[in-house]
Amino acid sequence: MLPLLVFVPALAAVGLLAARGLRDRAVRWIWTAVSVAEAGGAAAMWAARPASGFGYEVDVPWIPGLGSRFHLGLDGLSLPLVAMTTVVFAASAVYSLRHGDRPRRLAALFLALETTCLGLFSALDLIVFFVFFDLSIVGMYAVVAGWGHGAQAARSALKFFLYTFVGSLALLVGFIGLYLSSAPRTFDMVALTAQAPLSGRGVAGGLVLLAVTIGLAVKTPTVPFHTWLPPAHTDAPAAGSAVLAGVLLKMGTYGFVRIAMPMLPEAWRRYAMVAVVVGVLSALYGALVALAQTSFKRMVAYTSVNHMGYVLLALGAAGMVGGSDSQARSVAVTGAMTQMVSHGLITAALFLLAGVLYDRGGTYRMADWSGLAGDAPRFATATALAAFASLGIPGFSGFIAEFQIFTGSFGSTPIGAGLALLGILLTAGVFLSALHRILLGPSRGALATAGASGHGDLRRPGDLNGPETAAVAALLVLSLLIGLFPGPLLDVIEPASRGVAALVAR
Amino acid sequence: MTAVLWAMIAVPAVAGAALALAGRRAERAAPAVAVGVAVAVLAMTGTVAAGRPTVTVPWVAGGGFGLAVDGLAAAVGIAVAAVSLLVLVFAAADVTAGRNRFFGLMLLFIAAVLLTVAAATLPALLLGWEIMGATSYALIAFRWRCDAAVAAGTTAFLTTRTGDLGLYLAAGAALASAPGMSLDGLASLPAPWRHVAAAGVLAAALGKAAQLPFSFWLSRAMLGPSPVSALLHSAAMVAMGGYLLLRLHPLLAAAGWAAPAAAWAGAATALLLGVVALGQSDLKQTLAASTAAQLGFVVVGAATGAVAGGAAHLIGHAATKALLFLAAGAWLSALGTRKLAALRGAGRRDRTVGAAVAVGAAALGGVPPLALWATKDEVLSAARDMSVPLYAVCLVAAVLASAYAGKVLGVVLRPLPAAPESGYDTEQPGTRRVGVLRRVPLVVLAAGAAVLEILALPPVGDAFRTLLGADGEPRPIVAAEVLAGVLAVAVFAVTAVAAPRIGAPTWTRSWLGLEAAMHAGLVRPVLALARTLARFDDRVLDRAVEGTAHAAVRAAHAAARFDDAGVDGVVARVAAGCRRLGDLARRPQTGQVHQYYAQAIVLLVAAVLVLIVVR
Repeated sequence: MLPLLVFVPALAAVGLLAARGLRDRAVRWIWTAVSVAEAGGAAAMWAARPASGFGYEVDVPWIPGLGSRFHLGLDGLSLPLVAMTTVVFAASAVYSLRHGDRPRRLAALFLALETTCLGLFSALDLIVFFVFFDLSIVGMYAVVAGWGHGAQAARSALKFFLYTFVGSLALLVGFIGLYLSSAPRTFDMVALTAQAPLSGRGVAGGLVLLAVTIGLAVKTPTVPFHTWLPPAHTDAPAAGSAVLAGVLLKMGTYGFVRIAMPMLPEAWRRYAMVAVVVGVLSALYGALVALAQTSFKRMVAYTSVNHMGYVLLALGAAGMVGGSDSQARSVAVTGAMTQMVSHGLITAALFLLAGVLYDRGGTYRMADWSGLAGDAPRFATATALAAFASLGIPGFSGFIAEFQIFTGSFGSTPIGAGLALLGILLTAGVFLSALHRILLGPSRGALATAGASGHGDLRRPGDLNGPETAAVAALLVLSLLIGLFPGPLLDVIEPASRGVAALVAR
Repeated sequence: MTAVLWAMIAVPAVAGAALALAGRRAERAAPAVAVGVAVAVLAMTGTVAAGRPTVTVPWVAGGGFGLAVDGLAAAVGIAVAAVSLLVLVFAAADVTAGRNRFFGLMLLFIAAVLLTVAAATLPALLLGWEIMGATSYALIAFRWRCDAAVAAGTTAFLTTRTGDLGLYLAAGAALASAPGMSLDGLASLPAPWRHVAAAGVLAAALGKAAQLPFSFWLSRAMLGPSPVSALLHSAAMVAMGGYLLLRLHPLLAAAGWAAPAAAWAGAATALLLGVVALGQSDLKQTLAASTAAQLGFVVVGAATGAVAGGAAHLIGHAATKALLFLAAGAWLSALGTRKLAALRGAGRRDRTVGAAVAVGAAALGGVPPLALWATKDEVLSAARDMSVPLYAVCLVAAVLASAYAGKVLGVVLRPLPAAPESGYDTEQPGTRRVGVLRRVPLVVLAAGAAVLEILALPPVGDAFRTLLGADGEPRPIVAAEVLAGVLAVAVFAVTAVAAPRIGAPTWTRSWLGLEAAMHAGLVRPVLALARTLARFDDRVLDRAVEGTAHAAVRAAHAAARFDDAGVDGVVARVAAGCRRLGDLARRPQTGQVHQYYAQAIVLLVAAVLVLIVVR
């Protein structure tokens, strides 16, 4: 069942590439149908999941010489991310019913990318994980370079590729370190987690953790490894940005929970303070830099740095075992996992909305827009809701995530959590000032600029069309449902995060 | 019974969200739907007040979603629902455009307030508390085409959210030391965490209640529509700050320092904002400043243990202030102005409105036997038990309350000037009449303001204390109550007569420069820091990354040059040397036998010589 979920998009991609005669309209609908079916498949697997441990395991020999097996499986850490991935890809496909040129290749690329993301989250072997990690970079490079807008797109794509690729090499070094220290030698993640091979070997454990952490920190990204993110987002097409921020960033944070913490518990505990400091710095720095942005899309990109900072804070706090309550630490991990899902949904919605903005006026500059609530009420409502969701208003998933992160981290690191708390005030300022600039106030001549730049026309900006509304609404409704009724999600996450907290504490 | 409790929150929330999202289609039906829902909500608050249900369900990791209706929640819940209903009736006449959005947001707001009232755990409280803040932003910025109104909403949200961070801290402290996150359990947390929780709760409550130093957001919020001001600044938003402290009085007491800190914050607000209220030239600004000042008494009551007195003051103030804000709104739409000077004699144009305002102003001024007279004395006598200087400050603040209330009444009941029309229509063109939908709420609220004093006087007052579980709280001395009443009447009368001569200097009109100070001290530095960091991000961090890439390219070029000139050069030189050696080796091969013999002899001699030397 799981390999089917992972590889059906890739097969569909191959099929689309082969079927040269297909009409564009048919291509878009096939893409949408496959993506929505994937989401349905993920939902079915959610419903039929086992009560504990890994479900849907597949374990077959792959590269025997390396001791690497093709091992996939889903537990409470990966299942929510797999489900979120299928939702974000489905929303991107629906959104693209009316967007994106050369749809056959775009669809094939996105479907292939979906396979790499699903494969990464369900991988239980480090080599499998690494292969999907690098393939996702290649796929996203092609999206930005091939479908990006603006003169800088190729350059931004190259920067994204090189930066994250260098990061992945550090990750590979770490993986090899884990392999060499394990006995019997293995790349299997379950076996490595059980072994915790570098416990009691201080320097080696620290160095392997450093390599793994650098690789994951580039992908997450955390300060100071984040500078590839704003240009990549600014130049990526909307659906690409949604997937990049919604799904690809989670590969970094997921790696911390799946690899760094359970396989290197001793080193993680020793350097937990570093994670806390980096997390707090990312949260505050990302929010402050977002506050100074003039481009809506760049601003949203920087808030991702802020939101991922909270995740690092929580994971660091979960490693500060001395003197803190074990229940609080597992709440922190639960919060971090919830934040990954929540941020995927909300930020994907925000980036799709930013795409609408660019589509209508050819500009992300907030100064070029004003009073859109009058011209495009549906767009305004959706943007306002997504903004409030992103700034962590209760009722949406962001609050559930951040509340658990702050309360769970507070016992371990009161000062770190207290400082990071200022981030939710800053993001409130960021989004309210953006809403004021774009949506509210008098309507005025944004379209003159847009017309001059050659993108938009001089009509009134069109409101959200059907597919755009459906894509954004699906993401926001899910965020709202999680925000009001977090039980079904937390029932899956909580046992797994209790497990992670216990593994780190051993 | 718990179903009613859930419905009390869910029905207005769902109806409100549906109205707000329905678009123009719901424009016509919105007021009727909202008023109908509000009637149902009032009935449900009455039902849960009788049944007192309690329910807790799992919600976030580490904390349940708990609701409970105790005596305090029952009383305040009914007050909230009643004032909400009356304000919505008024709004049905007052709001003419964007009705679906307005009534939808109002219902969402009311749902959030009722959740705040009924919350028994911190996660539930935060859900209500922050949605209340978010909807207040949308309501204050209701006229979103106006930049000033949007900025006012932003100011309100950011200021109150600054305080709200305290609730997150309190929740963190609760989780760090004990399971569950019930509000009742906060007072019994172990030592360091108890103080963190108290500080957090205090910050959140002072922010919402517009106490010093957060008061300024209330002044800006007056740019919202009149019904919004009437609800947010009487029974709901601001009152919830006072309510939280009344509910968590045991926490303040247990933390030791928190009770005096809260008491002094409340007393200082009552005093300074009382001065601010007296020195206004705008009716809504006067009322706004007096809201902060009156909530100061509630905060003092919560801090000094006069929970019954504080709660009675809160409820009495809700009726009184909703009445006065609605009257200000009625005049704004009828006469087009809210300037006190222009409203001279306005109370005589329309006797119903004038009489209602007279009752409201007298109640606000502490004139017996109306609301806010004995309630304030219960608070004052508890303050006296805590500290005499605190009592003195509160007493001066009470005199100021009589003064600003007297000033309002003195202006609006004065005979009409010769040409009153010249001062009208400063804000908007007025209709010159107050319709029945606007009158009914005014009359009902005036009746409330007239009789709510019974909450602080026996026998109803005793029942109220029993309801709140506050039987043991000290009672004020009757002589002091009478004296305070006489003093209030005297001050009220004097200022009513002297009203036109009371000035409105810049420092009171700018609310002590609080907002300017906040901008200069906090907002601008943060924005400057943000811009600096953004430049740092672009010019240092990003440059460093790109510099690394450029360095790699430069290194590649250097390597290429080295490859060409170095490695390949060596290879070429080796090849050239070999060729030269080859050339040399070819030279002895002349083809002439005598030369070969000569070469053989030379070699032989050389060999012999070497042998001799080596041997």
